[in-house]
Amino acid sequence: MSAWRRLPGKARSAAGLLTSTRVTERLWDPRAPSTCSQSLSTSGSSRNDYLKDLQAQLAGMRKKAADVLPSSSWTSLEINTGLPPKRVDIVIVGGGVVGWSIAYWLKKKEKVRGGVQVIVVERDPTYSQASTVLSAGGIRQQFSLPENIHLSLASADFMRNINEHLGVLNEEPVDLQFNHSGYLFLANEKVAHIMEENYNTQRLAGAKVSLLSPTQLKERFPWIDTDGVALASYGLENEGWFDPWTLLNAFKRKAISLGVTQFCGEVTGFKSITNVLTTVDDEKVGIKRIKSVKVQMPNSLQYQPVDCAIVVNAAGAFSGKLAEMLGIGLGPKDSFSGIPVPVEPRKRYVYVVHCPDGPGLDTPFLIDYSGVYFRREGLGGTYITGVSPEEGEEPDTSDLEVDHQFFQDKVWPKLASRVPAFEKLKVSSAWAGFYDYNTFDQNGIIGVHPLINNMYFATGFSGHGLQHSPAVGRAVAELILDGSFQTLDLNNFGFKRILEQEPMLERNIV
Amino acid sequence: RQWISSSASRPPLVSRLLLFLTQRFYDVEMLISWKSNFKRSLGLVWSCCDVWVSSDFRFVGQSDWFRANRRGKFSWDFLQFKNTPLEEVDMSHTLVNYTGLTNLATQKQLRTLRLRGCPEIDDWFLARLHIFQDSLEELDISECPRITTGGLVALRNLKGLKLLNVSSLPRVSSPGLVIILLEEMLPQCQITAEGYNHSLRGADEEDMESRKSLNV
Repeated sequence: MSAWRRLPGKARSAAGLLTSTRVTERLWDPRAPSTCSQSLSTSGSSRNDYLKDLQAQLAGMRKKAADVLPSSSWTSLEINTGLPPKRVDIVIVGGGVVGWSIAYWLKKKEKVRGGVQVIVVERDPTYSQASTVLSAGGIRQQFSLPENIHLSLASADFMRNINEHLGVLNEEPVDLQFNHSGYLFLANEKVAHIMEENYNTQRLAGAKVSLLSPTQLKERFPWIDTDGVALASYGLENEGWFDPWTLLNAFKRKAISLGVTQFCGEVTGFKSITNVLTTVDDEKVGIKRIKSVKVQMPNSLQYQPVDCAIVVNAAGAFSGKLAEMLGIGLGPKDSFSGIPVPVEPRKRYVYVVHCPDGPGLDTPFLIDYSGVYFRREGLGGTYITGVSPEEGEEPDTSDLEVDHQFFQDKVWPKLASRVPAFEKLKVSSAWAGFYDYNTFDQNGIIGVHPLINNMYFATGFSGHGLQHSPAVGRAVAELILDGSFQTLDLNNFGFKRILEQEPMLERNIV
Repeated sequence: RQWISSSASRPPLVSRLLLFLTQRFYDVEMLISWKSNFKRSLGLVWSCCDVWVSSDFRFVGQSDWFRANRRGKFSWDFLQFKNTPLEEVDMSHTLVNYTGLTNLATQKQLRTLRLRGCPEIDDWFLARLHIFQDSLEELDISECPRITTGGLVALRNLKGLKLLNVSSLPRVSSPGLVIILLEEMLPQCQITAEGYNHSLRGADEEDMESRKSLNV
């Protein structure tokens, strides 16, 4: 309405103008919705237009003539400047938060400036399917394995001093928008003893967690229906959620300022040499060593073979597929090469709901024993919620379409029974993302594969890659540059457990 | 870095020269980062001494405060009370930060903590205050420039809090709403929050700014 009222005024003022370009500029008011551009030129101005066009064309011809002369940098061959260099030291496959964290730490730990040349290859610069940016962004120390607790504590420590680590001179300081709300796990009778054991492990490792009985829980959070709850575990410090996109960009910005380069392309193959060794049982084992990585350019058949010394597999949900290109998992069933890297994408839905009577500012990241979780988002009564599907009912992972029926059937009933205020809510939006799910034991895989000499894996975190990314990046950088873990001993996360089929289960997976 | 935001006056020649050199030479960049690190670590060292000298405290059972007098001298009488727990501490306008809180961690009977205008206090510091969750009754964190809404959420653990002063926190957006939510979160607590512009005009201008930046 207001746009129409404003139009006569503009027409009056524009009548004095001759050229059509100036008129459109005046009519385009950022505050108004887009109005149709009217050209108010007269016949005198059309002659002016013709002369101006002629001038522009002559200038163009002059420029082309100057370009053809030898001293200019124009060539008729299209040179693709997006190709990675022919030779680098370390190629990191995957530009998510884990990949960029490793890139940053590699550059931070190199002893000589320019000591390692690192490139990061990411096939989708819009991050439309990347797990990092689709994550709920939580960080917690409530795990059952001490290694996971230490990883989370180290990452929280990193985030507390994030500007010391990732601050770039003369750029804006990093603001993760960290909400220190804590996680609240609820346990029923059957799993209460596991929760108590976990509590002791967590306390021993230095996490600040407290246990609450059902009465204390009801007193603390009156909006919870404590029916069926035997014990609750509440994080006091270093737990909450933050903005994953900010963390990713902070790592990226700092790593690029330290000399890492990013390339947009997909890794479609490797060139490797195989050393055949004989075991004590007189079996022949082929140990591969990657010589070069084939990086294919987006939307094109053009590719660049990048010679490298080390490849880091930080491809997240697609790491298993990447390892298959080297033949892992394609060998005979009873040998090591027959065991695939057990990481596959698993689709998870996150629903954004609005409930005006919902819990207030101190809403923790609540995780019920049935698997349903929710957390507050912003200050306006919005929450995000979801649940991990049952083992046999995993949704199809060929796309990231959201199944809204899933919310009605699986999420809402459990949510409303735990928090009665959520009986009246409205779903505002939803999205889906992939977990880089480790089908073996739902814990990260960090280390070298025994059959490939120079491929380092940092994948399979099954939903807690983001919160461990700073510490994992440091660990992998130590492994590569120092030869072994220095600050945190993550040897238990290596491939040994997979090849010996001894799972190291994390009992607190959401 | 305030001179970056004010476009009115050009920064001094020395700063411009340093910026020019920093962008072209790695050595200058390293020297500048050393200088800022040195300042910060020096700040930490001074803050330990500074906090000690400029903070005021009161012990349990005593009614007198130990403060530096007008000339900055501090009486050493407090050493008589070495084993008595502290009850009230006033560290306003000091450089105390997260690591500095370790010094106070053993004081389980701390009732009042005044941290007005402390520039190094951020959200992580507030998260660590849970160590006083049983005893703390009064907390003053007004005018601290680094506290945001995410940190105010961390006060959820201080269930015994009776007085809270969150005036003039520059980085808290939509303060009116945050204060209402804080009052709901801590029902027994009386919250003082002055120094905020609650008028709608302020919100309108913010809206224009954000829309302009989207169009650009």
